[in-house]
Amino acid sequence: MKTVKQGTYFWQGNEACAEGAITAGCRFFAGYPITPASEIAEHMAKRLPQVGGIATQMEDEMASIGAVVGASWAGAKAMTATSGPGFSLMQEFIGYAFMTETPCVIVDVQRAGPSTGQATKSGQGDVMQSRWGTHGDYSAIVISPNSVQEMFTLTIRAFNLAEKYRTPVIVLADGTIAHMREQTIVPPIESIETINRRKPKTEEKAFFGLEEIPPMPTVGEGFNVAVTGSTHNEHGIRFTADPTVHRRLVGRLNNKIKNHVDEIADFESYNIDECQIGIVSYGCTSRAIHEAVENAEKRGIKTGYIRLKTLWPFPESIIKKLAESAEKIIVPEMNLRQMFYEVERTANGLAKIIPLNKIGGGELITPEELLVKVEDGEE
Amino acid sequence: MSETQLHPLIAKYARKGAQRQPHCAGCGNGIIAQCMLRAIEELDLDFGKMVFVSGIGCSSWIPSPFFNTDVLHTIHGRPLAFATGVKLSNPDLRVVVFTGDGDGAAIGGNHLIHAARKNIEILAILINNRIYGMTGGQVAPTTPHGMKTRTTPYGNLEYPFDLCKLVEAAGASYVVRWTTFHVKQLVSSMKRGLLKEGFSFIEVMSQCPVQYGRFIGIRDPAKMLLMLRDSSLPISKAKSMSEEELEGRIVVGEFVDRERVGLTKAYKKLLNEVQA
Repeated sequence: MKTVKQGTYFWQGNEACAEGAITAGCRFFAGYPITPASEIAEHMAKRLPQVGGIATQMEDEMASIGAVVGASWAGAKAMTATSGPGFSLMQEFIGYAFMTETPCVIVDVQRAGPSTGQATKSGQGDVMQSRWGTHGDYSAIVISPNSVQEMFTLTIRAFNLAEKYRTPVIVLADGTIAHMREQTIVPPIESIETINRRKPKTEEKAFFGLEEIPPMPTVGEGFNVAVTGSTHNEHGIRFTADPTVHRRLVGRLNNKIKNHVDEIADFESYNIDECQIGIVSYGCTSRAIHEAVENAEKRGIKTGYIRLKTLWPFPESIIKKLAESAEKIIVPEMNLRQMFYEVERTANGLAKIIPLNKIGGGELITPEELLVKVEDGEE
Repeated sequence: MSETQLHPLIAKYARKGAQRQPHCAGCGNGIIAQCMLRAIEELDLDFGKMVFVSGIGCSSWIPSPFFNTDVLHTIHGRPLAFATGVKLSNPDLRVVVFTGDGDGAAIGGNHLIHAARKNIEILAILINNRIYGMTGGQVAPTTPHGMKTRTTPYGNLEYPFDLCKLVEAAGASYVVRWTTFHVKQLVSSMKRGLLKEGFSFIEVMSQCPVQYGRFIGIRDPAKMLLMLRDSSLPISKAKSMSEEELEGRIVVGEFVDRERVGLTKAYKKLLNEVQA
């Protein structure tokens, strides 16, 4: 068995994520066991050697992401997978990957925190950490699957975005999606788009500037690349005091994501142009919206929704559109308000933003609970 | 400085525009950089197939950006983890890590013992100046007991690591210690380490006239080098000596040189078996 073939599978979410990664061309995985993400490491340990790739268990999460970033500079598409506590430990290296423009994929299968919290129970408490987790001025690309199918397809997309924009990409899954089993369809492999990083031509020397997304050399290929997480010029040479070099570098790194929000942003929307009540949802929580909307409409309430498949960069334009039509927007989340504030900021008074929050025990927000909110429209 | 005035090793191996080392006058890092380049020159290695990885601290600026090949300056404490990814991903590259006693033995201590345990084919050069130099002279896990530093103003209550013993016990193929005085031995051990299968660890006891010198009251680098020489003791002699007799001495020489299968070699075998 090599890479997965076209067909219909009954996969677990974590398994689909691993297969998606391999399909996207991932050939290096380093991880550290943690519930509810361990199955990704286990599956990669079994599968990667079958396709000539490397899977290794490191001594901790910092080492795992470190090895992943190193492997990426050695030319591999590389990934690690963890949950909240491990994701916290990885933050410094995520900043390094951003600063050095190293494509890689970090899967955070969220569980209930803070701290060890409820390790086996699902949650959505890492939304803001996925955006702001490392120090300094940076921008993150964060993807949010809501089904086993999307654990496959959106992991492929995560690799494509990482390679295209030369930046780390986070797949923000959750314990529910990661551990459920569902039918998953693998389309004809040749129909799946895979993007590879642009490599420099022999004469090229600027790997950290001049262009919005510079070409990325592989070590050992004669480019004599100097890589550093310190502020550097387009040749990778440290400039740790020059304000202009810092502004230019950090400005470009943020702009290369900010300037492409429309291309990066991905969402499913329904009836957003003419609804009274809107719902903005993502991840496992968004699985309740279809039934809630159907029942609300049966009761004569015009309801629309946006289901975010990418959380960051935040897709302001579509949220604004919803806010222009809806009187009220409900934001259901398995945390104590995180995306709520972002929706409220973007709506900027055009609609009333109503939170619906639930934490603990991995209990999902049910379609009934959502329906009550749609009908009442109260906080 | 014109090309003709440059030392031949610098002319051949240094990155254009970065030929000057940034270290303080009298620092041991220049000596170690030169020993590394001599070892490479004498072995006639393909410099372009060598990758130098370093962390954060004075030692990390030895290869980055000075060496004109691929140099990866990473984050504090994690160069060995990063290098593990590079080496596993492309075992044909010769990977050398430069680290210090803070970077490699304090914040990165866990990665050090695990790289040794895995016996991954990396040469790690750990420069031990027994203090945090770059940050201004704070206590390190290698600082002698009782010594005053910026963060132990009343004296160090803790005891220093014996890093060579630690790395040997963790499973490395090759473990050796020298000082910046022992340049010939150091070049020879670097050559051995560069060709050795498995994890090679070279600890170099080095002088920091600026920070360490300040606290011991000796700021003359030449005097510090002589101190390193005088306190050194060959490992063969040390073996028959008591702990009291070894107090304050630097045991130098080969701690271990053994044949153990390296991790990437083992992985290659696994790949062949799985894919057969």
